[in-house]
Amino acid sequence: MAAAEKQPVTITCAGPLNGPLSGVLTWVDQRFPMMSLWRDHLAEYYAPKNFNFWYYFGSLAMVVLVLQIVTGIFLVMHYKPDAASAFASVEYIMRDVPGGWLIRYMHSTGASAFFVVVYLHMFRGLLYGSYRQPRELVWIFGMLIYLCLMAEAFFGYLLPWGQMSYWGAQVIVNLFNALPVIGPDLSLWIRGDYVVSDATLNRFFAFHVIAIPLALLGLVAAHIMALHEVGSNNPDGVEIKKVKDPKTGHPVDGVPFHPYYTVKDTLGVVVFAIVFCVIMFFMPEMGGYFLEYNNFIPADPLKTPPHIAPVWYFTPYYSILRAITEDFMWVLAAGVIAYAVLVIRTARVPVVRVAAAVIGAVLLVAFFVIEPKVWGVVMMGVSTLIFFLLPWLDQSPVKSIRYKGALCKSALAIFVITFLALGYLGTLTVTEGRTLAAQVLTLIYFAYFLLMPWYTRMDKTRPEPARVTG
Amino acid sequence: MKLARLALTAALLASSLVAFGAGDVKLDRMPVDVKPNDPVSLQRGAQIYVNYCMGCHSAGYMRYNRLQDLGLTEQQIRDNLILTGAKVGDLMTIGMSPKDAREWFGAPPPDLTVIARSRASHAGSGADWLYSYLRGFYRDATRPSGWNNTVFPNVGMPHALYALQGEQVLKTEVVSMPRGSKGEVEKHEVQKLVLAKPGAMKPAEYDRLVADLVNYLAYMAEPAKQFRTQLGIYVLLFLSLLFVLAYALKKEYWKDVH
Repeated sequence: MAAAEKQPVTITCAGPLNGPLSGVLTWVDQRFPMMSLWRDHLAEYYAPKNFNFWYYFGSLAMVVLVLQIVTGIFLVMHYKPDAASAFASVEYIMRDVPGGWLIRYMHSTGASAFFVVVYLHMFRGLLYGSYRQPRELVWIFGMLIYLCLMAEAFFGYLLPWGQMSYWGAQVIVNLFNALPVIGPDLSLWIRGDYVVSDATLNRFFAFHVIAIPLALLGLVAAHIMALHEVGSNNPDGVEIKKVKDPKTGHPVDGVPFHPYYTVKDTLGVVVFAIVFCVIMFFMPEMGGYFLEYNNFIPADPLKTPPHIAPVWYFTPYYSILRAITEDFMWVLAAGVIAYAVLVIRTARVPVVRVAAAVIGAVLLVAFFVIEPKVWGVVMMGVSTLIFFLLPWLDQSPVKSIRYKGALCKSALAIFVITFLALGYLGTLTVTEGRTLAAQVLTLIYFAYFLLMPWYTRMDKTRPEPARVTG
Repeated sequence: MKLARLALTAALLASSLVAFGAGDVKLDRMPVDVKPNDPVSLQRGAQIYVNYCMGCHSAGYMRYNRLQDLGLTEQQIRDNLILTGAKVGDLMTIGMSPKDAREWFGAPPPDLTVIARSRASHAGSGADWLYSYLRGFYRDATRPSGWNNTVFPNVGMPHALYALQGEQVLKTEVVSMPRGSKGEVEKHEVQKLVLAKPGAMKPAEYDRLVADLVNYLAYMAEPAKQFRTQLGIYVLLFLSLLFVLAYALKKEYWKDVH
């Protein structure tokens, strides 16, 4: 559209105003899609009117992202990415930089808050089938954000250069060592040294402050653009676009995002800020879960702590890693055989049957050719990546948990308990009983995903309503 | 429903498996009457720290002039707390080199700036640990320093405050405890610290001295803590007000949506 064809911008405030501001905005709008962006994403983006509690966490994740970026900028002004002075520079921020302690606690509490908010946001997706057609890409971009977030947290955790920073990074980078052929070279390449050292700290700093945040911002933009293309899901899992007002053409069950959800999310942000501030001002260590006690000891490459635990948001996956022992490979092998048989007996397409047989056979051979610790790493990786498949694993005729049956409801409940229990186990030292518990939970974790195509089809669902139920 | 019950059983099983951690040392609690905002206690703690601890332990992230938090003037800090040639704005470092320290003690004595934060655990706060540790030294001829500790077994550090506390020894006593309802008796070996040679202070005086020192160490680990909690209250008051406004705004906008 040529610039001149665009309508002049009018600001409405109890009647149109035609002051100098309108002139400026018109000038800008003729050169930049200001008004169409405003309309498409805020003023005329119609969101379902029946969003409930679970729908606050998307906007909260955005708020925390901004908080982390802004506090991060100020921390970088005083932090020294140097193994000899990193720890001291953090204490310098805590003591000598005016307000430094506040900025640092915002950032450290923000890191954990980010995961709390994102886990709840993802749980919302599981509850209401927000990953289902046509929102597969929204879900995939979201999962990529989650992976970036984990990388961002991992790189950032090395920076204070405490004992847990150091040994946590050492353990995680050593995981890559387990990979066949490329493993040792790969971990050396990641560290830039034979042990975690100044070189590692510098490159992790670069990733933490530049590379990953850039990727995160891009992915967040893609996530929101994809969402606004298909429209938001809602607790009933029905498409509000199906019923439109014939006069206006807007969804009957939708409200413009601005002002309705901007004011509602503002309320959410205030409540979140209250919880956040209670933690930040009165218990910033959160009992050793947000700031680990051992991390107040400077990194010592010669002194391995007796108990190395990752920060709480990684512990479910860490539990899965530790659950894969040599004996457990037999259970895995049995699981693969059972799953292959299930697929071969139920798949309608012959190609799928052949693929299941071939993949099953290859895995069985590989299980006993490649050592178990590799499979620990592989299973840990798969446990984070398997979420990507959800849009295709869920075969239920309905999206929302509200209309799913007892089978799907119990499956989700069991999965949530499993995820939390794995997380708790991951914070503890290993005993025989705990390893057994982690192994049982690992099987349940994967069963939730891998059996989903069957139990979602078998489930007795109720019919979806034609319109949202409020 | 069957599945839900199964999940519950699994969860209970899991929680019973993980309920008990390794047998930790039971820590004495830091006395509650020693308040973290009591300037007299903190000043005394600082004085004990510079006199008894700083020979070996630096507080290399802390500046002397920050001790104005304790109600002292820069001049008072210079006169009473700086025992070296340091300037009042300097960090509380020490002259002993890590190399010498390793030779003398086996390991360099750790910097104590944030020790009270690093020693916290699920067994108790860092202050609890330090309070127990500094009262847990006993004579042990098998150790190179002649000292051992109940909280930190085989510690390299000798008892720096023994002239004040005196010398404790570890005695093993057999204690009989009733078990069950049938009058059975179970015998436990209990290890107990006994003061064998009194020091310059009575035990209660020594405990108070340690409590003041630990109070100071806890302050030094996070000097902003006092202000943090004060500010927190104001921030929460402001946010409560903001909540009321945000709630009213939301209600007003949403009153027409049905």
